[in-house]
Amino acid sequence: MAEISTTGRQHTETAGRFTNWQWRRLFSPQVLIIVGVLIFVGYLALVPVLYLLWGTFYDGASITLRFFGEAYSAFGLGEMIYNSFSFAIGATLLSVFLGTSLAYLTVRTNVPFKGLIFAASLVPLIVPGILHTIAWIFLASPRVGVFNKILEPIFGPGTFNIFSIWGMMFVEGLHLSPLVFLLMYAAFRSMDPSLEESALMSGARLPTVLRRITLPLSKPALYASVLIMAVRALEAFEVPALLGIPNGVWVFTSRIWRVLNQYPANYGQAGAYALSLLALTTVGVFWQSRLSKRGKSFQTVTGKGFRPHAMDLAKYRKPATGLVVVYFLVAVMAPVLILLYASFQPFYSVPSMDSFASFTLDNYAYTLTNDQALRAARNSFTLGVGSATTVMFLMAIVSWLVIRTKMPGRWAVDNLTFLPLTIPGLVMGVALLFVYLRFPIPVYGTIWILFIAYFTRYMPYGMRYASTSMYQISGELEESAQTSGATWWQTFRRVNLPLLMPGLLAGWLYIVMVSVRELSSSILLYSPGNEVLSILIWEQWENGQFTELASLGVLMVLALVILVAVAQRLGAKVGVQES
Amino acid sequence: MLQINNLRKTFPGSKKEKEKRVVAVNDVSLKVEPGELFTLLGPSGCGKTTTLRCVAGLEHPDHGTITVGDRTLFSSSEGIRLRANERGLGMVFQSYAIWPHMNVYKNVAFPLEVMPRKERPSKKVIRERVERVLTVVQLDHLADRQATDLSGGQQQRLALSRALVMEPPLMLLDEPLSNLDAKLREEMRFELKRLQRDLNLTAVYVTHDQVEALAMSNVIAVMRAGNIEQVGRPRDIYERPSSRFVADFIGTSNFINGKVKTVEGGEVFHVTTDQGDLRATSSMNLTAGDDVVVSVRPEHIVIDKGSVPMDSVGKWAGVVENRAFLGESVDHVVRVGDLELRARSNPTHSLPAGTEVTLTFPESQCSLIPAGD
Repeated sequence: MAEISTTGRQHTETAGRFTNWQWRRLFSPQVLIIVGVLIFVGYLALVPVLYLLWGTFYDGASITLRFFGEAYSAFGLGEMIYNSFSFAIGATLLSVFLGTSLAYLTVRTNVPFKGLIFAASLVPLIVPGILHTIAWIFLASPRVGVFNKILEPIFGPGTFNIFSIWGMMFVEGLHLSPLVFLLMYAAFRSMDPSLEESALMSGARLPTVLRRITLPLSKPALYASVLIMAVRALEAFEVPALLGIPNGVWVFTSRIWRVLNQYPANYGQAGAYALSLLALTTVGVFWQSRLSKRGKSFQTVTGKGFRPHAMDLAKYRKPATGLVVVYFLVAVMAPVLILLYASFQPFYSVPSMDSFASFTLDNYAYTLTNDQALRAARNSFTLGVGSATTVMFLMAIVSWLVIRTKMPGRWAVDNLTFLPLTIPGLVMGVALLFVYLRFPIPVYGTIWILFIAYFTRYMPYGMRYASTSMYQISGELEESAQTSGATWWQTFRRVNLPLLMPGLLAGWLYIVMVSVRELSSSILLYSPGNEVLSILIWEQWENGQFTELASLGVLMVLALVILVAVAQRLGAKVGVQES
Repeated sequence: MLQINNLRKTFPGSKKEKEKRVVAVNDVSLKVEPGELFTLLGPSGCGKTTTLRCVAGLEHPDHGTITVGDRTLFSSSEGIRLRANERGLGMVFQSYAIWPHMNVYKNVAFPLEVMPRKERPSKKVIRERVERVLTVVQLDHLADRQATDLSGGQQQRLALSRALVMEPPLMLLDEPLSNLDAKLREEMRFELKRLQRDLNLTAVYVTHDQVEALAMSNVIAVMRAGNIEQVGRPRDIYERPSSRFVADFIGTSNFINGKVKTVEGGEVFHVTTDQGDLRATSSMNLTAGDDVVVSVRPEHIVIDKGSVPMDSVGKWAGVVENRAFLGESVDHVVRVGDLELRARSNPTHSLPAGTEVTLTFPESQCSLIPAGD
């Protein structure tokens, strides 16, 4: 008996479970693409962690806790945990204090020079972590630090020692403060100004208003910021590696790197440290997501736009202005200027009359013609663009799956794509080492292992941008394409993708910018010839090529500034703009 | 009680026109007597909220004087400007601004708890005053409830009691009823007015709702584009609008262009128009030949079946074009010559389209406003 399908073709019905037509459906492009994407995502998200577990608990003969024992007896467990937590807590406290104060001043008061604060909030986007840390070594190392030299006549030599736990907390706190600024800026923007104004009308002075009204109402956002920054500080690598190791202050991340860089490399111990760190960051991330789901009780957003009414600072205006100016000078100007200075020097020395006389462009000439530098730039560019493009394309499909279909298990896929968020960059490096040292795919020692690392790490960001865009598109647009006769692929390519483009573009730009600054995943996975820019800076630092790396750094920052400007011009929500 | 003189407030222009400042309040002067509910009425953007916020100290005026009683709150000439938390005025915000992290009691106790040490009353006195004011607004049984658990009307009363507990000489209310649904708004209108009268409060009230303004106020100031167009008692504003804007903003009005024919004394004028002659009342100083606009409300025009002798003053012939049944009244659209007039009547008095009718214009209900408005 002939059966007419929707496309008007005739099929014969065969006895059996599947008709011809149904087999065709099973292997249609739609199903193949979806299944392919799912396998790919699942593989990337889960396999590294599984291998990490396997490699740490199994020593080739039996399940064992031997590596944990070695790891924690070789070096005091207590001391490392103490260091990691002190570092995290100190950096968190400093960054939350600075970021929250600046956000409040910007949103709710009439403090001058708000443009400086907005500029400062872009610094983590354009200055790679390693460059920032190196700049602070130039500024505050006990023997040659500029700030120490300036204070030497008054306080004697070595007032500040950047190579200490306090130095680590300070640098990381500064580096994280713009992130807190962005979070708290959003929180304060959504707060009804009349809540504070009514406190003023009731006769309260500004400190009382802050203490009894503003702070209690910002608690949910504050808790979120604290947790997010604490996790970031625990995952940080550049600061503990450059500032902590010289002084013997070890944390999880620096210890992992050391154990893999000694000869012979001890994978088991690395795995033990990595799993411990992973446990901590997982707790932090889940705690934070639980809090954000529960903390709706003080919702002050009513859906009506708020006219921002700036509060008058009165007698607090001078100290507040001072804070803004000092922050800008210390957090932005000082590191940038010292790097600029170093890039024009033949060899690094403390700034003096003589050193200013010996200005040279040799470093830039070197960097722009050096094979290594050019190769590193090419690698960074290829990896950045490549991973961004693949991530955004695949996440567009996955977000369609999760949001538009009723496929069973789609929420499991959604969670899988966000899983890599809990994995610190260094831990990801260790896990991928474990996988590809044993897995028969010849990826170890090539640029592809870096690509896999980047893709896995940026999958969550891509998913977030893609989902946000997908939520904003009405399902009816797709349905009208289907009723017009388009296949799934035609609909996706000609209706969904174009509409998603702005969000996808924003995600793409974001991933490119983040990947150019990347270090902690790459440092365990790179091999000669596959360096990226941050790795090159690291190598040059180890070789003492201070001025060359300064010129490379300045060029990197310039490139990133251009990227950010292009992104903002194209409307991508990068950082926060003055309104 | 409250005296505002020559108040002026401007804001920076848009990003594209940085030099051109936006004039929110142009040159406002007014006086509020003790025990009065004084309403600032006008469309959005007319400057009424800005004026209120200047009195509160939440906006910094460019120029002018603001005094409450014998205290100068702001004076540009003397360089005096008290901060918002030094003025001791009670304010009710449009969004209520109830603090969600405190319960009802703590919300109301806050103004007393933050007083400077020397003036702060003891815990016992605070408790007495808070409970007293909560009883007045009938929220005493909810003292321990979290503020966010209250209904809209209860939150509004909570905002009110928080302002009242300070026993301020002047209350400032910024559209306090606009967030309530229609039924509740009507009830609260009476509630607020009763409270204001019983406690003999002096209040400045801001609203864009003309029905609210007419129902509650002792004095209304109609504002437009930063200026006060007319100040007066509700009945005067309604029956004797001094400009087209006021006549149009409050209620609806018919406007008929005409010329003054003769001045008949006692504020009555014989006016001639293209559609006919009528008598109108006005306090303006007019002479024969002046161009005027007659403003008459639809509910004041008497509509009757039948035709009328030619040249009757104040009685015109017309034809019903359309009618609309509004429940409590019937709106007729009547054509007289080439003019369409609206006449509103009782539902029992409904005339179908095509009927020939007579429109009667009572001279005391016809008002004159300047032409070319």
